[in-house]
Amino acid sequence: MTTFKLNGREVTTTGPDDAPLLWVIRDEIGLKGTKFGCGIGQCGACTVHVDGKAVRSCLTPASRVAGKAVTTIEGLDPHGAHPVQMAWVEAQAPQCGYCQSGQIMQAAALLAANPHPTDTQIDQGMNGNLCRCMAYVRIKQAIQLASRGKAAARPAAKIRQGAAA
Amino acid sequence: MNAPVRPDDVAAALSRRGFLITLTAAGAAMGFAGAADAAGAAAGFEPTIWYSIGRDGIITVNVIRAELGQHVGTAIARIVADELEADWSKVRIKTVDSDAKWGLMVTGGSWSVWQSYPIYSQAGAAGRTVLIEEGAKLLGVAPGACVAGNGAIHAGKASVSYGDIVTRGNVARSFTPEQLARMPMKAAAERRLIGKPARARDIPGKTNGQGVYGLDATVPGMVYARPKLPPTRTDSTVVSIDDSAAKAVPGYLRSIALTDPSGTVPGWVVVLATSFVAADRATDLVKVVWNTGPAAKVSEADLQKRAAELIADPKAGGLAVEDPGVDAAFASAKSKVEATYTTATALHFQMEPVNALAFEKDGVFEIHTGNQWQSLVLPWLAKALGRPETSIVMKSYLLGGGFGRRLNGDYAVAAALAAKAAGKPVKLVFTRADDSLFDSPRSPSVQVVRMAFGEAGRVTAMEHTAAAGWPTLAMAPFFMPKGANGAAYDPFAINGADHWYTVGAQRVRAVNNDLANATFRPGWLRSVGPGWTNWALESFMDEAAHSVGADPLAFRLKLLDAAGRNAGSGPTATGGAHRQAAVLSKVAAKAGWGKPLPKNTGIGLATTFGQERAMPTWVACAARVRVDPTTGVVKVEKLDLVVDCGTVVNPDGALSQVQGASLWGMSLALFEGTAFQNGQVRDTNLGTYKPLRMADVPDLDIEFLPSTEPPVGLGEPATTVVGPAIGNAIFNAVGARVRDLPIRPAAVLKAMKT
Repeated sequence: MTTFKLNGREVTTTGPDDAPLLWVIRDEIGLKGTKFGCGIGQCGACTVHVDGKAVRSCLTPASRVAGKAVTTIEGLDPHGAHPVQMAWVEAQAPQCGYCQSGQIMQAAALLAANPHPTDTQIDQGMNGNLCRCMAYVRIKQAIQLASRGKAAARPAAKIRQGAAA
Repeated sequence: MNAPVRPDDVAAALSRRGFLITLTAAGAAMGFAGAADAAGAAAGFEPTIWYSIGRDGIITVNVIRAELGQHVGTAIARIVADELEADWSKVRIKTVDSDAKWGLMVTGGSWSVWQSYPIYSQAGAAGRTVLIEEGAKLLGVAPGACVAGNGAIHAGKASVSYGDIVTRGNVARSFTPEQLARMPMKAAAERRLIGKPARARDIPGKTNGQGVYGLDATVPGMVYARPKLPPTRTDSTVVSIDDSAAKAVPGYLRSIALTDPSGTVPGWVVVLATSFVAADRATDLVKVVWNTGPAAKVSEADLQKRAAELIADPKAGGLAVEDPGVDAAFASAKSKVEATYTTATALHFQMEPVNALAFEKDGVFEIHTGNQWQSLVLPWLAKALGRPETSIVMKSYLLGGGFGRRLNGDYAVAAALAAKAAGKPVKLVFTRADDSLFDSPRSPSVQVVRMAFGEAGRVTAMEHTAAAGWPTLAMAPFFMPKGANGAAYDPFAINGADHWYTVGAQRVRAVNNDLANATFRPGWLRSVGPGWTNWALESFMDEAAHSVGADPLAFRLKLLDAAGRNAGSGPTATGGAHRQAAVLSKVAAKAGWGKPLPKNTGIGLATTFGQERAMPTWVACAARVRVDPTTGVVKVEKLDLVVDCGTVVNPDGALSQVQGASLWGMSLALFEGTAFQNGQVRDTNLGTYKPLRMADVPDLDIEFLPSTEPPVGLGEPATTVVGPAIGNAIFNAVGARVRDLPIRPAAVLKAMKT
């Protein structure tokens, strides 16, 4: 039995504590957006956030997230309208789409830590996420779009704050 | 002497077969109005089986093609909607489950848009014609005074919406296939949706976790299963199962040796448990003893040795092209050039491991899974389960990648047999290693290409022989035509060698590597044969040009003269080799062919016609590479591609396909490749099988030539040009000719020294 927060809601697992978080999320709790790709942490399709950091859920025993906050693609934004998700649609990034939950979670964590990554930093941050359709050009474009969106939003927010003050 | 037999005739016949099946089905089932629509709420108008219009004006387009990343539903729905003059915001896409009424259900060969275009255009035009007639009545004017536009019929300032016409008019009509074929089509200049930017309808659900893939399918009461795969694909039988250790896994249920009258899954065992985690762990603990045959000893080297032996036997294989005078031309040649090329085994490695959920409900066996060729799998399922196809339905889901792997529905058979044996719903899930082990990989190949020259470097004859495992022989032998020598061959394993260059007397020989087919189940992997035939052909064209001191670009353009059979004919091959010459010239100009480059940097060219002569997608690539002369490492700096695919239906989707396909070509050329060892592939996961990643992506410049010719396929063609363009670029950079795919640094270094 492990208790943790999943997308803001407290959940308690009933399966073995060493069951991979991926299968707990998918089959015990029933959120299917997180995908199974390689099972060895090298494709990134199963990426979720644990306390805000991108983690491969296929290699994470459920017990390791006890008391922590886990976020899946379903919980990234209540309306599926996180800036990274919006950018993904804008860039028409997905092809088959199977890896994209993991790509989006990885990109969201990357941009949270580094809102304005260079091209090389994007490559480094995303290189662990395989896209077998090889939609890499658009995934990169989408990250750049999301990054620029933040860049555009931040000064505006500052100006508004300044005006209010 | 045999009359020349062209593989395009055969391919055309096969393609026509597909058309006829679907058209006949359309003709038989159309023409009723008042049927309940998908929601069951309102009666609607269904001028053909391909779409319906509800009383609310909602148009539901039925799509038989699997959605595996090509946004095919969007493309097909826009074909209907354009001809129908529909309001795009009212169009819905329905990916249908298997049913005999749909005719041939297959998503492969880059055929979807090409085959769908005439059928859905005609269906749209038929609907528009009826709506104009009935709309005119409701408006009290003559049909000639009406125009259709944006989901309504307009006469001057008056208009009536399609929903109102369906509600108030008498729209019941019946069309024969002949009538449909004569439907008045819009001129290209009047198109409102085709060729215009659109957002793919399947994309939002792929960004928020809501898209439902086969792996996500569940049903109450189901149990999970993982396959315990035998040591060989073709010749293993179960001797005994010892599950004593597995019983310690909480949730473990039982292990079942599948009994398969269809022969699809010989020697497979499935391990059942109450969760996938338990099934996965128990499978590792179940001990099975199998009897195996000779396949268990076969290596990649054995496979390639056998291929070379067969090529050396002139009687082996089917003659896909056999012109008179080939041997005589070689005998009297002023000069000759010959080279041997190989490709290694390659994996599909689609991201979603194969899986299926199967159960019987109300007398029907339901198979919930992503699949690319339902019409192939259903007869297997029927035989395996011992029940008629009419009592089996394959439910459609999003596919987490296909690339041809899911043309082979073996996993559905295993799930169905397990469910039948267990008497309850079974969800069978492969691990990644399971998926790789019993992938239907791209067969290794060996090819020998020869060319004969007469006076002044004139090409007088050419011979191309390719030996490989044949997927079509393994899984769909009814699709194999007979060659000029009467021997059946796999057209998908030789397409590409029957090129559009005018080379005098030509022979193209397709040889089945019998050891490959005896050892594993060869698969159709994105572009299939053209993925290896063009590696040989387009590398060879450079070598042949150099052998007579010609520039590779000029050499090709001279042979792409559109003479004789290379003139091409309508509807889809209009223009023939002239169109191939056009894409090649364009890409060479874009890439700066002939201009000086830095040291150890080179540009290589290649051009192909995509998948098959009956559906040429004209593609050319210029690859610019930099080779590290001390390590042999090849860095691809830029890929220029120029494509003529006729009408571009969905421009952004088309670009997306060419982006992905070209990177696939690069990945297969430099990053992928495995080898058979003891009857199994050596690499089963990403630790050692390493497809291209984001950091490897070069600068990509892709251009579509404007055209109003009928659309052809785009899913595969770009994969076929990139490998040879890279190979030729390596030669132009450092003088190293590589002939084996994938290209490894050690091979580049070795070639630099010879």
